[in-house]
Amino acid sequence: MLYRENGQFKTSYRADQQIFPIRQDRIAVGLLLAVAFVVVPGLAPEYTFRAILIPFLILSLAALGLNILVGYCGQISLGTGAFMAVGAYAAYNFHVRVEGLPLVVSLLLGGLCATGVGVLFGIPSLRIRGLYLAVATLAAQFFVDWAFLRIRWFTHDSASGSVSVSGLQVAGLPLETPAQKYYFCLITVLVFALLAKNLVRGAIGREWMAIRDMDVAAAVIGIRPVYAKLTAFAVSSFLVGVAGGLWGFIHLGAWEPAAFGIDRSFQLLFMVIIGGLGSIMGSFFGAAFIVVLPILLNQVPGWFGLPLSTATASHLESMIFGALIVFFLVVEPHGLARLWSTAKEKLRLWPFPH
Amino acid sequence: MRLKPLVLATLTAAVCSSVLAPAVWAQAKEQFFPVLVYRTGAYAPNGVPWANGYLDYLKLVNAQGGLNGVKLTYEECETGYATDRGVECYERLKGKGATLFQPLSTGITFALTEKAPQDKVPLITAGYGRSESADGGVFKWNFPLLGTYWVNADVLVQHIGKKEGGLNKLRGKKIALVYHDSPFGKEPIPLLQERAKMHGFELQMLPVTAPGVEQKSTWLQVRQARPDYVLLWGWGVMNSTALKEAQATGYPREKMYGVWWAGAEPDVKDVGEGARGYSAAAMQHGVHPDAKVVQNILNLVHAKGQGTGPREEVGTVLYMRGMLSAMLGVEGVKRAQERFGKGKVMTAEQVRWGLENLSLDQAKLDALGFAGVMRPVSTSCVDHMGSSWVRVHSWDGKKWSFSSDWYQADEQILKPMVKSAADRYAAEKKLERRPPADCQS
Repeated sequence: MLYRENGQFKTSYRADQQIFPIRQDRIAVGLLLAVAFVVVPGLAPEYTFRAILIPFLILSLAALGLNILVGYCGQISLGTGAFMAVGAYAAYNFHVRVEGLPLVVSLLLGGLCATGVGVLFGIPSLRIRGLYLAVATLAAQFFVDWAFLRIRWFTHDSASGSVSVSGLQVAGLPLETPAQKYYFCLITVLVFALLAKNLVRGAIGREWMAIRDMDVAAAVIGIRPVYAKLTAFAVSSFLVGVAGGLWGFIHLGAWEPAAFGIDRSFQLLFMVIIGGLGSIMGSFFGAAFIVVLPILLNQVPGWFGLPLSTATASHLESMIFGALIVFFLVVEPHGLARLWSTAKEKLRLWPFPH
Repeated sequence: MRLKPLVLATLTAAVCSSVLAPAVWAQAKEQFFPVLVYRTGAYAPNGVPWANGYLDYLKLVNAQGGLNGVKLTYEECETGYATDRGVECYERLKGKGATLFQPLSTGITFALTEKAPQDKVPLITAGYGRSESADGGVFKWNFPLLGTYWVNADVLVQHIGKKEGGLNKLRGKKIALVYHDSPFGKEPIPLLQERAKMHGFELQMLPVTAPGVEQKSTWLQVRQARPDYVLLWGWGVMNSTALKEAQATGYPREKMYGVWWAGAEPDVKDVGEGARGYSAAAMQHGVHPDAKVVQNILNLVHAKGQGTGPREEVGTVLYMRGMLSAMLGVEGVKRAQERFGKGKVMTAEQVRWGLENLSLDQAKLDALGFAGVMRPVSTSCVDHMGSSWVRVHSWDGKKWSFSSDWYQADEQILKPMVKSAADRYAAEKKLERRPPADCQS
């Protein structure tokens, strides 16, 4: 009853093309933003910020980046961790080598470096696809791991290969308390999510999707595969690189290449698949699922007073996690985002389905 | 209508409990100890005995009446040796009133080093962590008690020098460092390079990709270069693999020396006879089934069915390390109580003071039951390491036993290195050294 749109008529193209064409959606999103900006910072304890919200936001951004590549353009990538690492280490180098460079500029430059590397490793996508491409991007993962472990210049001659940042500021404001960091991540993620949404709605997004659905047909109707594929790699790696920078700078503070290992790549791929391929919303769902679920599974037995040993809890976590992934893929291969939109469709007809 | 009383009752109960809960909590005097462990993952075989030792010691303290009447509580959190999981654990347990952390991983240590000063929580990294954090003037919240990887590397070079008949005999020799390719494995490199320059030996660096099961090419290089000694900086499955490869390559195990993480039972047990003659540094302790504290644990904890792991494990190398780490934390709290009030629950900042003014002399150690296990530790504002005593122990195919006397790292080499590395860190982070007044409080 609340979610019915009769009486909402669009009289202009502008109104018809907005991101949330239904009024209830707009209100819901507005409320969600109000909660994110006003209510959450007032209520959330430090733990929620640092262990859940900040990682969730950063990984959402990375998943968003990967979703553009895998979900919208259909180029499977297993090198997301590598592009995150490039973003983080490049931003670090700009941060320590260029005196007085603002943090935002360092992060964006880090993202640009990741774009370069991403495009470079995207070139093989012009010749190969599917599983073969996945393996080619895997090469990026191994190469980048190797480079940041062995080439000392990248780590600013740190003896141990681990780098760290501190005393971060944005426009003169310190980034120290969890709430400040949360705001910084939130705003960054929102800006990039909005940009990404508009990109995938626009001409370029349609080119990506055409390539994804059938690249030969796309080429026949005049889409240049080179341009479409490489822009997808560029935009995707840029977002992933910025997310990597945030992960290192804001979340961890000090990191080593292991923070962006192959596990991270898989984790992000799971996020995209579970959240929903080819959906901006899905990236957020996926990130929330993968970030929050292990923590929940870890704590739930404790809430019910079940004495589980740490090792058992940890093994259980892996098992339940694996089972849930399989379950989701069987029940809804299009991910949580698809479930969400099905629910919305149903609500729009409720209570009189036809 | 009937819902109303129910709702009211629930609300009253909720309000009451939230008002009363803190009062109850304040009455029960409990000092909370977070326990970051890894009982799963690639490093679990080594992580489990450590965790069991740590918990058993806390249980022992409780069995003996707590800390001047303060009961110790604890909660485990599984990190799986992953930095982001470790950070999550840190945040979770910090929120529950943790007053000190032992990260048990170089990666987590690096990440927490950036967070600890803001949260004002001390970190104990007993025998690991960043080597330059021994400098308390810059690293106010880090305590690499019992020594660092630089101490470890320095002593191994001393030991090799002694075997050769003097450090000057090392000239022209070749020493290979087979290391875990991570910050942990790279940590000793600066010190070894310094020593190589001093004594004129050639240092050959052979990284092994984590987790270290793939070492064929590394040992091919060893076979080609035929180094006079191999230093093994490994962890977990990498150690036993290295020993097997050495056996296959025919490299004499007598010429292999491990870091203390590579000198425990899980590392050599599978190799058994094949590892005979292999030695490793023992940062203070080795295997001590006869130590009084081990007997206490067996009698007061395990005999009552409260032991954390299997009984046979008590007294083994990594179990002892976990126990020792717990003891250092507990002693830090105890020292803080001496100043801020016995029988009170200490805050993180008070515990930090306790750790900075730790003085565990032989008499205290004997009283705690650590006679023969370790030597005295005494920290200060500048020296957050407290001691740098190391022995070397060797594997005879069945058990570890000490094969050398006590060594101490060479202050003259270590001190300037620690200071310059700490200064570099301070300059990078735009930190000031702590003023002398800061040490008084």
